[in-house]
Amino acid sequence: MTGEQAPVLEVEELQVDIALRRSTVHAVDGVSFSIGPGETVGLVGESGCGKTTIGLALMQLLPVGGSIVGGAIRLEGRDVAALPEDEVRKLRGDRIGIVFQDPLTSLNPTMTIGAQVAEPLVIHRGASMRVARGRAAELLELVGLPSPTKQLDRFPHQLSGGMRQRVSLATALACEPALLVADEPTTALDVTTQDQILELLARLRAEIGMAVLLITHDLGVVAGQADRVLVMYAGKLVEAGTTNRIFYETRHRYTEALLRSIPRMTTSREEALYSIPGQPPDLSRPPRGCRFAARCAYSTEECLAEVPPFVGPPEHVHACVHPVEQATAVGSQSQVAP
Amino acid sequence: MSENILELRDIVKEYPVTSRVLQRRIAAVHAVSGVSLQVPEGATFGLVGESGCGKTTVGRMIVGLERPTSGSIVFEGRELGKLGLRERRRVQRQRQLVFQDPYASLDPRMRVGAIVREPLAVQRMFSRSERTATVRRLLDEVGLPRDAANRYPHEFSGGQRQRIGLARALALNPRLIVADEPVSALDVSIRSQVLNLMRELQSRHRLTYVVISHDLTVVRYVSDLIGVMYLGKLVEAGTSEEVYERSAHPYTAALIATIPLPDPAYERAKTHTAIRGELPSAIEPPRGCRFHTRCPHAQDLCREVEPPLRAFGPNHVAACHFPLQEPVEEKTAA
Repeated sequence: MTGEQAPVLEVEELQVDIALRRSTVHAVDGVSFSIGPGETVGLVGESGCGKTTIGLALMQLLPVGGSIVGGAIRLEGRDVAALPEDEVRKLRGDRIGIVFQDPLTSLNPTMTIGAQVAEPLVIHRGASMRVARGRAAELLELVGLPSPTKQLDRFPHQLSGGMRQRVSLATALACEPALLVADEPTTALDVTTQDQILELLARLRAEIGMAVLLITHDLGVVAGQADRVLVMYAGKLVEAGTTNRIFYETRHRYTEALLRSIPRMTTSREEALYSIPGQPPDLSRPPRGCRFAARCAYSTEECLAEVPPFVGPPEHVHACVHPVEQATAVGSQSQVAP
Repeated sequence: MSENILELRDIVKEYPVTSRVLQRRIAAVHAVSGVSLQVPEGATFGLVGESGCGKTTVGRMIVGLERPTSGSIVFEGRELGKLGLRERRRVQRQRQLVFQDPYASLDPRMRVGAIVREPLAVQRMFSRSERTATVRRLLDEVGLPRDAANRYPHEFSGGQRQRIGLARALALNPRLIVADEPVSALDVSIRSQVLNLMRELQSRHRLTYVVISHDLTVVRYVSDLIGVMYLGKLVEAGTSEEVYERSAHPYTAALIATIPLPDPAYERAKTHTAIRGELPSAIEPPRGCRFHTRCPHAQDLCREVEPPLRAFGPNHVAACHFPLQEPVEEKTAA
């Protein structure tokens, strides 16, 4: 999949700390992955696992107190983490675009839609406002906003949630970035609107050929969109592989538990839903060994001793001491009683 | 199923839109436009639909936080609108609400014990020591540690806060709980813990639930009966099998088809955008069938005449001129 071509993004042993008043949270602890040109990689995990922090670190937009304390982020071969702020600013919105969960807070309420979509073109490409506005109308058409020229002078609050998300997509795509980071792009939307935005995202990917890092907690969204999936738990990747392998030949016990917790159309009312007991660990004092061990039905002494290394073929690696045996993988709703 | 504990008869809720200058009523938001439904005792009724369809307003009317503009709500055989103040207060205990956002629905300056105790104080029930004992029992029941009573909401995770919300709703020993998006704010692994707890509580206390959600898989999992709302109207209702496996309304079918499932092969094969466009305005809802502006099967009739609810099975009704299933009367006639 990544094959011969140089990857657009390479993340190597990334470590991000967030300093709080009394403690330091190790939000991302040694994460490595890469994304090839035109490839869509899904990054999944629950709230607090560090997936959003990774997205923000790529953009160098970490919150106050947050800093990259180790590892490298290479975007088209350049180490973003080592660049000074004014160089990073040149990349942001140009080579790398971002779409956030809530378009009402990520769009500027005091700027017209035309001005927001045109802004990256004026800043990065030195386009005149007139030219940029014309291009903005084209971009709005590309993302399926009805009567785009009329929308240029409207403000974000005059649009619905789905339309606002289309506008933020248009803004992110203005300079045709090599990488789009989409952080929960459809979580705030209704299913019908979500469906329209996902279809749009798939079409744009095919047309523009950009790489996408799709950050989400929704395994259903990832299943339809991603070429490869990264599963994250408590600051670390636990499993990574092609989408089919992750869903149909699940190895890590956390991925398995996550998939089993989702009610399916076939889950009957009578059966209790599988649930993962307990809470994720406190990342200011991460546990030794496998971080999922405390909640895992299969954990043994061995799991607590040290962090399990990644094993498996390059297209599917996992870090689990007691992985799911292939024959009993959950993908096809088979029963795996703990 | 057993007798109906709750019945909505043609309830309507309109909110006035006033002009800024003269404060005159210039229009109305038609939040709920004539919804009728029955909920049998001990059952779970799932109410689904997109944001702005009126499902939350229906829930708020059921628990008495809003009064219908017209129509009536019958609870345990008595019409709520006709009750005196004292009676209404007593009946109020029987219907409780669990909110969506466990971060916004608990007072951050109250200890958990006080939060769970508050309904008892408001209703002037029990002595002091009895209240303390009740709080302890409730916290136990929802699986919170004993010392939770003396802690503040911020010390708890989202899932635990939703347990606090459930304990508060249970304090008055209600017959009916309206849960508005009870698990939407929670992570997958925590979501199933709360859903399982709700199920346990239901069988232990013979509770009736009205679960409001936009998440169709969750609703399907918890509900015996399901109602689908679109722009203030109930467009389809029936048992969960009827609604999911034999959907009669194109809107229901499209909603179900758009849920992303954790199955890559299914997702890749899926054709997108069953429903185009945006939800129309509730101030001027479309004439005829309200769904006609987005419906792939819409014809002239749909733009002119509002379809009535027709029967498609023993419990199954839908309002569509060109349904995906044969209605019952026509079947028997043929």
